[in-house]
Amino acid sequence: MNFVVRKLLFYAVAVWAAITLNFAIPRLLPGNPVDILLAKLQARGASVTPESRAAYAALLGGESDDPILVQYWDYLVNLVQGDLGTSVTYFPTNVTEVISTSMPWTIMLVGIATVIAAVLGVGLGAIVGWKPGTWLDSAVPATTILAAVPYFWLALVLVYFLSRVLGWFPAQGGYDVVLDPGFNAPFVESAIRYGFLPALTIVLASLGGWLLGMRNMMVSTLSEDYVLTARAKGLPERTIMRNYAARNAVLPSIAGFAISLGFVVSGSVVTEQVFSYPGIGSKLLSAVQNNDYALMQGIFLYITLAVLGANLVVDLLYGLIDPRIRAKA
Amino acid sequence: MTTSTPTDPPRPTGASVADSTLIAQESPAAPTAITGPGGPIAGPPPTPPPTPAAVPPAQPRRRGWRSLLPTMTPWLALGLTLVGLITLFGLIGPFLVGDPDTIRDIGLAGPTGENILGTTQTGQDVFSQLAFATRGSLQIGLIVGVLATVLSAFFGIYGAYLGGFADEAFSLLSNVFLVIPGLPLVIVISGFVPPESRGLWTIALVLALTSWAASARVLRAQTLSVRQRDYVSASQLSGERPWRVIVVEILPNLLPVLASQFVYAVIAAILGEAGLSFLGLGASNSSTLGTMLFYAQNGFALPLGAWWWFVPPGLIIALFGMGLSLINFSIDEIIDPRLKNARNARRLARTRKES
Repeated sequence: MNFVVRKLLFYAVAVWAAITLNFAIPRLLPGNPVDILLAKLQARGASVTPESRAAYAALLGGESDDPILVQYWDYLVNLVQGDLGTSVTYFPTNVTEVISTSMPWTIMLVGIATVIAAVLGVGLGAIVGWKPGTWLDSAVPATTILAAVPYFWLALVLVYFLSRVLGWFPAQGGYDVVLDPGFNAPFVESAIRYGFLPALTIVLASLGGWLLGMRNMMVSTLSEDYVLTARAKGLPERTIMRNYAARNAVLPSIAGFAISLGFVVSGSVVTEQVFSYPGIGSKLLSAVQNNDYALMQGIFLYITLAVLGANLVVDLLYGLIDPRIRAKA
Repeated sequence: MTTSTPTDPPRPTGASVADSTLIAQESPAAPTAITGPGGPIAGPPPTPPPTPAAVPPAQPRRRGWRSLLPTMTPWLALGLTLVGLITLFGLIGPFLVGDPDTIRDIGLAGPTGENILGTTQTGQDVFSQLAFATRGSLQIGLIVGVLATVLSAFFGIYGAYLGGFADEAFSLLSNVFLVIPGLPLVIVISGFVPPESRGLWTIALVLALTSWAASARVLRAQTLSVRQRDYVSASQLSGERPWRVIVVEILPNLLPVLASQFVYAVIAAILGEAGLSFLGLGASNSSTLGTMLFYAQNGFALPLGAWWWFVPPGLIIALFGMGLSLINFSIDEIIDPRLKNARNARRLARTRKES
């Protein structure tokens, strides 16, 4: 089977699994989300019609007489129509709108931080792994502490020192609230200043993993024949390191992108809470705290779709840079 | 549809483990992906199987079981010390400190001779809380570590041993679980469970269910290579039952890998639980390092500058995780023959210094 088709098929299965999980979770767990949700809606002054009850029941289950397959079908139809219900927390905004205003913040933050961490980590790992046994290489295990630090705790510590004690960065929020959101210079400048600490948290906490992975692969490539050949040809050390060893050693790091992205996304959800960042993570938490089940489901679906999309892109790129993976198909 | 995964890396080394196996024709084992970068549990890629060749025969002093033990390095010593001290603190500490819930009228106060880590805003002793919270976190780490390892062993080893459709299905399942982000899923599940039924075991089960996939992939790759060995075939041909072949012939070869996966699972579990509790979604009535941070955050420890309240819990998690990673680091140098270079280089450097 063609490499691209195979990847697309796999991700189609993954998307289906995520959607089905989303359908199954509220139905398998105890509690009656629909009643809680409707009570909250009523408290917000919304009139609860039988139709809206039916719409939420399609999303979340509840005492429906329909067989499970019919419920599943209704749920899928709702999804395709883009109807994820109305948010209780941000009433009367609907879920899709809440998500579309907060998603760009998280994508920018996590995206930029991940790219910085990957480039830094891979670069440092290549340099350190090139000469195993030196004092620099012996210091590598120390980076495991970075990989074991809880994201949100690192965020707390950074806020304490860089924001509270030194006053360099704002501690809360995503931008200066007096400014108009939009693509104008003062707003972008403030978004960068507010985003610096959250991004630093993510970079620091994920750097160690990239560095270690790359360092280990560099150590392995040292014993490869093509490195020996390059040496025998008398090529300069830097050329061998960059064009022969590092190029091959970086492949597993790219291949492992899926796992790292999963961790970064998980970590940033909690980190956003520390900074009250206007992204999707803090929305998810306020949804959970307010029993806003429709919003919870919607956010989980979007996070998963975003992660799957990013992985698909990386996978396809990977096929481009490493022909062996295509040949295997 | 094959079982090839979104993260199948190539095999830069010539050592082809699974390529020769019938089952793995389409999806050669690709264990390097597990310790992909960016994760909190990074470590060296535990690749090819722990063949006897992993230990060079040129070392007459290290034979048999001893060759399976890591060489003692300063980093390993540090790791063992950290893990040992923190475990002791969690085990014995709660008996030596006072009641963590005692409320004193001194309010929020910094470290003094009496309360060596200060007090919370209700005058509770932070050090006592820390002892109990450490115990709670270690407990959940252990429970989830065991559960996740059992799950990954089932899906990884059993699936790879059976081969055919079961293997395809199991590895598709673990690959799907691998790409679905774990913590958001855990948050959503905890959100749907009413707080009164959110017990320790519920949380442990949810964490285990969302964290077994990466290990299962590693174990599958290793099993695919081991099950082709002659002694496994001999055991099968002599009519042994599958479970016996797995337990007696295959499992011993996978022990170092299992150990390292277990260690990763414990770190991931402690981190995951801490995040969940920090958000107020942990097990109710539990006391872990995450709940301590939750109370610190909600008690405005940060705006009040009460570093003694929020720094120690996170530091314990980080140091414990570091200790476990350092231990794993040493295990990996044994199970991954490609890291032999690093070991040899170190030995060389040492002998050179001595001579």
